Amino acid sequence: MLNTITAPTTPLFDTPPMFAHPARVTAIKDEAYATATYEIEFEDDDLKQHYAFRAGQFNMVYLPNIGEVPISLSSDPAKTGVMGHTIRYAGNVTRAISRLRVGDTVGIRGPYGTAWPLERIHGNDVCIVTGGIGLAPLRPVIYHIINNRSDYGRVYLLYGARTPIDMLYTEQFEDWEAHGIEIHQTVDRADESWKGHVGVVPMMFYHLRLNPKKTTVLTCGPEIMIHFVIFEALARRIPKEQIYVSMERNMKCGIGLCGHCQFGPTFVCKEGPVFAYAAIEPFFGVEDF
Amino acid sequence: MPDLTPDIGAFVSIEKNELQCIFDALKKDGYTLAGPTVSNNASTPGEGAIVYDEIETVEDLPIGWTDVQGPGSYQLQRRNDNAYFGYVVGPQSWKKFLFPPQATLMTVRRENGSFVVESQAEDAPRYALIGVRGCELHALLIQDHVFLNGPYIDTHYKARREQTFVLAVNCTEPGGTCFCTSMGTGPKVGPGFDLALTELDDIFIVEIGSEVGRMVMRSVKWRPSGAFELQTKRTALAEATKSMGRTLETSDLPNLLYQNLDHPFWREVGERCLSCANCTMVCPTCFCSDILEVSELGGAASERVRVWDSCFSMNYSHVHGGNIRPRTKSRYRQWLTHKFASWIDQFGESGCVGCGRCITWCPVGIDVTESIDAIREEV
Repeated sequence: MLNTITAPTTPLFDTPPMFAHPARVTAIKDEAYATATYEIEFEDDDLKQHYAFRAGQFNMVYLPNIGEVPISLSSDPAKTGVMGHTIRYAGNVTRAISRLRVGDTVGIRGPYGTAWPLERIHGNDVCIVTGGIGLAPLRPVIYHIINNRSDYGRVYLLYGARTPIDMLYTEQFEDWEAHGIEIHQTVDRADESWKGHVGVVPMMFYHLRLNPKKTTVLTCGPEIMIHFVIFEALARRIPKEQIYVSMERNMKCGIGLCGHCQFGPTFVCKEGPVFAYAAIEPFFGVEDF
Repeated sequence: MPDLTPDIGAFVSIEKNELQCIFDALKKDGYTLAGPTVSNNASTPGEGAIVYDEIETVEDLPIGWTDVQGPGSYQLQRRNDNAYFGYVVGPQSWKKFLFPPQATLMTVRRENGSFVVESQAEDAPRYALIGVRGCELHALLIQDHVFLNGPYIDTHYKARREQTFVLAVNCTEPGGTCFCTSMGTGPKVGPGFDLALTELDDIFIVEIGSEVGRMVMRSVKWRPSGAFELQTKRTALAEATKSMGRTLETSDLPNLLYQNLDHPFWREVGERCLSCANCTMVCPTCFCSDILEVSELGGAASERVRVWDSCFSMNYSHVHGGNIRPRTKSRYRQWLTHKFASWIDQFGESGCVGCGRCITWCPVGIDVTESIDAIREEV
């Protein structure tokens, strides 16, 4: 089909595809305003051993009596046995997740969807552009790059948030910078603690001198932000084939059956969430599509 | 001993009352018959419809009834003969048996601080679908491609579909909203049936479509169809092909729609459309579903219940912070472009079979064939 980044993962579970598997919350870390990262491990040892995901993929996270939501994986894909989910409390299910404690059980099925093209872009410069909670599905990319630093050229992280307290993973920034990730932060609204840039994240492109031939842009965030990120990237002559976008749509099944996540000809859960921009260009930006 | 079963691909003729023998043979093989029947409010003028339900005998069929259909209108009427299948298609489709409007997928029980998931130990019903039209058989195959082609398959659908018997019926009297000829799905039934009937004045011609269908014919009195009977059938089907109530020009539809996502027609139709979702409920191929968490009062157990959903419903495209398609015009555009354009990208075929249900059952009579024409005209 349209997207050729990665084929959907083959089913891991030997059970009917919608069955959630019990998993324990082993750690909870507050990240930002109404946002925390949950480390989760399958109760079943076999599953725990065999589960593996690629940066950009998501799980369906289920709470008995409440419901199920798609949540991207935000942990290090090389670290097996543990799944990290950074969750902002926004709806019914995520608010119930906010009441979980270490030791509680959730249901997990996955991983689903396509991944960022990390192998394909070896040797390239990587420009990660994201806003707010959108950094969560890109953190596995940063872990992967740090683990395989010599495979990549210059790596930039352009990160924006509404306010300073909405920023994720700030305590890791020093470490990332130590591994050669150039971080440019901005906020929409500053507070008295903020000494950095104020403004929307696409404007941070003006701080960089990119080599368009060898730069890959990876972006995730509100669609309006992505729209302007693409605008700025294209303005710098970065080919649309080198721009990758993670899309968000309503999902009920995660496996291409329920229809909810359709975006033009694609099912975001199967052909996405990570798309080459070139593949979705005709539909991206169509109002209410 | 001579072989008493006709070959696959053969045409045989049976007396009309032999249809009951087919029913009996199917029941003996453990099938539950699902077929057309007149709804029990049919005696009230203006009410009633031919619906699909579990049936027992040929007496349950809508013998001597027909339906007159137009945009936003459906009327049951008496025929002046006793045709068994002298109607078109009603508001329901066979998907209600294979992809039920509501199905419990699993039960989740809390235990020792964790939970166990139990599959709903459903003995999948074995349905024999009676009276499946060409457009409808095509719709079944389309849903097969949606649910069974993977990478993930719908196990619930699979269990039902694998053991479904299809007794198809060739359409010789298309209705006012039919356009199967345009969509290439009828009026003659295509491959995928076990037996296919053509109703003539006093006999049925039966085409044998599968080994299972062939075996059913062991219990039926049949004779090879005569040349005149087969000629009558061909003539009737040729006539039917030409007497569709509607036509739809399908050439280059995906590009037409994709290139007109900003066409003023969407706003116009959005002002008429009630976003009621009728078109998606009656559509034999629409497959969208929602999953409800139905909790026991004490919270010790809950069921994951799959229900039909519609791209016209309020919450369908909800993500945190809003609705992707808050307005009716964008929902109608989603539905139409899915049926006629993106379905082809997704599954290699159109999502429309030309059955006309969405036209008949639209409360304000919005007609897909007119919608396509309206977009085509302005180009």
